Amino acid sequence: MDVAVQIKDAFPKRWCHLKKVLERTGPFCHPDFEPSTDVTNHFIMTTCKILVIGAGGLGCELLKNLALMGFKDIHVIDMDTIDLSNLNRQFLFRRKDIGQSKAEVAAKFINQRIPGCNVTPHYNKIQDFDECFYRQFHIVVCGLDSIVARRWINGMLISLLTYDDDGDLEQSSIIPMVDGGTEGFKGNVRVILPGISACIECTLDLFPPQVTYPLCTIASTPRLPEHCIEYVKVIQWPKENPYEAAIDGDDPVHINWIYEKASERANQFNISGVNFRLVQGVVKNIIPAVASTNAAIAAACTTEVFKIATSCSVPLSNYMVFNDVDGLYTYTYEAEKKDDCLACGQTAKVLEIKSTEIKLQQLIDQLTESYQMKNPGVTTSINGKNRTLYLPTVSSIEEQTRENLKKNLGDLGLENGSEINVADVTSPNTLVFVLKVASESMQVE
Amino acid sequence: MIKLFSLKQQKKDGEATPKVGNQKKASAAQLRITKDINELNLPKTCNTEFPDPDDLLSFKLIICPDEGFYRGGRFVFSFKVGPNYPHEPPKVKCETPVYHPNIDLDGNVCLNILREDWKPVLTINSIVYGLQYLFLEPNPEDPLNKEAAEVLQNNRRVFEMNVLKAMRGGCVGSTFFERCLK
Repeated sequence: MDVAVQIKDAFPKRWCHLKKVLERTGPFCHPDFEPSTDVTNHFIMTTCKILVIGAGGLGCELLKNLALMGFKDIHVIDMDTIDLSNLNRQFLFRRKDIGQSKAEVAAKFINQRIPGCNVTPHYNKIQDFDECFYRQFHIVVCGLDSIVARRWINGMLISLLTYDDDGDLEQSSIIPMVDGGTEGFKGNVRVILPGISACIECTLDLFPPQVTYPLCTIASTPRLPEHCIEYVKVIQWPKENPYEAAIDGDDPVHINWIYEKASERANQFNISGVNFRLVQGVVKNIIPAVASTNAAIAAACTTEVFKIATSCSVPLSNYMVFNDVDGLYTYTYEAEKKDDCLACGQTAKVLEIKSTEIKLQQLIDQLTESYQMKNPGVTTSINGKNRTLYLPTVSSIEEQTRENLKKNLGDLGLENGSEINVADVTSPNTLVFVLKVASESMQVE
Repeated sequence: MIKLFSLKQQKKDGEATPKVGNQKKASAAQLRITKDINELNLPKTCNTEFPDPDDLLSFKLIICPDEGFYRGGRFVFSFKVGPNYPHEPPKVKCETPVYHPNIDLDGNVCLNILREDWKPVLTINSIVYGLQYLFLEPNPEDPLNKEAAEVLQNNRRVFEMNVLKAMRGGCVGSTFFERCLK
C-alpha cells in the first residue's frame, strides 16, 4: 500500500487544524491571503523546502515544530556532535547517541517519529556549501549560538539576490531568514528579508559583547573567582603551555589544570567560589541554556516560517525580544535597514571596462575619474581568498603591490563579472564593483 | 508586504544551477578591514609591516616614540584580526620585551579598548593611537607589570633610568631585556 494513503488512513484528522487556518479566511488574515487547499496540500507538504541551521537546543525544537506543522522537505546542518550535557534539553538525542552527529541523529529521530516527513541531515559547517546549495531553499531558519555563523549565512543570502535591468530587486531571489537566539532566560526572534529589511550586519552593534575583564584587574587586583580563571586562561596557560596545545574546553585534563591553578590564585587573594563547573563555564564561555526559553523562541520562529510560507498572516516586523527572568516580557520593534550596511547596503555597481587587457593603473584612473576618488585601494576575492591588488596608503603593501599596476587585469586573475572591492576616503565604506567588459555580455548568475 | 511566494513553485535544485566560484564575494569583515587599513592614518612615530599583502588580517605595527620615557626605542606589536571583526577586537601582542607598567613580559597589553571597552565603531587606527599613548603616558594605576608600576609611582627618576637600561639591553631587577634602541 502507498505510504501516503496508509498515513492518511491512520490519522484522518491529522491536518485539520492546519486546514482551519489555511482553507478559510478570517479577520486577522493577511489582506492578500487567498484560502485554498493548495497551500496545505501542495506548498507546505510538497514544494516548500526549509533549511534549519543548527541542531542544538533551538534546532531540536525547530525540527520538531516544523515537522509536526506539516513541512516535509527539511534540511538540517550542524557541525557538532552530541555531548552528555546536551541531553537535558536537546530531546531528539539519547545517551546512546553521545559522540554522534547532531544533524544525523536528529534527522533520523524525526523521520522515524513523524510519518511522511523527510529531514536530510548535513554533518557539516555552513561554510562547506556554496551558493548552489543555499539557493534551493525557500526559507532558512537559524538556531545558532555564534555571531560569525550568523554573519556568514547573512552574507550568503544577500549574495544570492539578483536585480533586474532597472536595478530593482527580483523578489524571487529573496530567501527569507528567520533567526532565533537564546541566552539563559533571554531570547530573540527576527525575520530578515535580505535586501529589504534590516540584516544581521545592519544591527551588528546590537549583539552583546562577550564578557571580558580588564587585563590589569585579572593580573593585579582580582576580586572575583572569574578573574582568577581568566588569569590562568589568558596569562598562565600561554606562558606555561602545559600540554603543548591550545586550551580545549572539552578536555577534562585541560579544565582540571586550569581549575587547580585558578584555585591556587584564588587562595592567594582570599577569593572563594572557584569550582570545576565555573572553570568550565568561564573557559568555554557557557551561558546556561534554559529549555523553556528555547521552546518559546523556537515556537515563535516556526510560526514566522509558517506565516511566510503560506502568507496567511503578516510576518513579524521584524525583531522580537523575549525575557522571562522576572515575569514575562516581550517587545517587538522594527530594526531599521542601514543605508551604509557593509552586507546589504550596496548592490555591486557595474564598472564597464574596455577589456581585461587594460592595466590595473588604467582601472584605477577610471575609478578616480568617474567616481572622483582620491587614492583608492583595490582588493578582490579569488576562490574565497583575499587578494590585494593595490593599496597606496600603506607603504609596505604599496611596495609589494606596485608591480600590479603595470599588469593587465586578466593576468591578475580578473575576468568579466569579477568583483573588486574599492576603499577610498571619499566613501564611508568599501565599495563593491562588478567588472563588465564592454564587448562581452555579462553573465548574470 | 511583498508576496514572496507568488512563486509557489519549485526552487531550482542544487545541481541544476551553474556552478559559480565558491565565495567570490568578500565577507563584511574583510570589507571592513580593507577600509580600516586603507585609511590608516599613522602618526609619524608608527609604521606597519604586512608580510603578505594579500592577508590584511595579520600584520605588525612598529612604534618608535620620539618623546617621553621610551624615546629612541623600537617596539613591535603583532595584530591578528579575527573573522568576527569588528564585533570582536583584534588580538594584539607586544613582541618586543619591554619594561612597562601596562605591558607584561609575555607581551600582553593592558589597553581598555583591546578588551572590555572595545566597540565596533572603533578602528585599527584607534588601537594604534591607544598604543602610542601607552608609551607617552604609562599608567601605574592599572599595572600588568607590578614592579615597574611601583617604581613609576614612587620614583619617576629611577623608572626613567630603568626604562633606559632595559632599552639599551640589560637587566632590571632579575629580568633581562634585549636591546631595542633604534
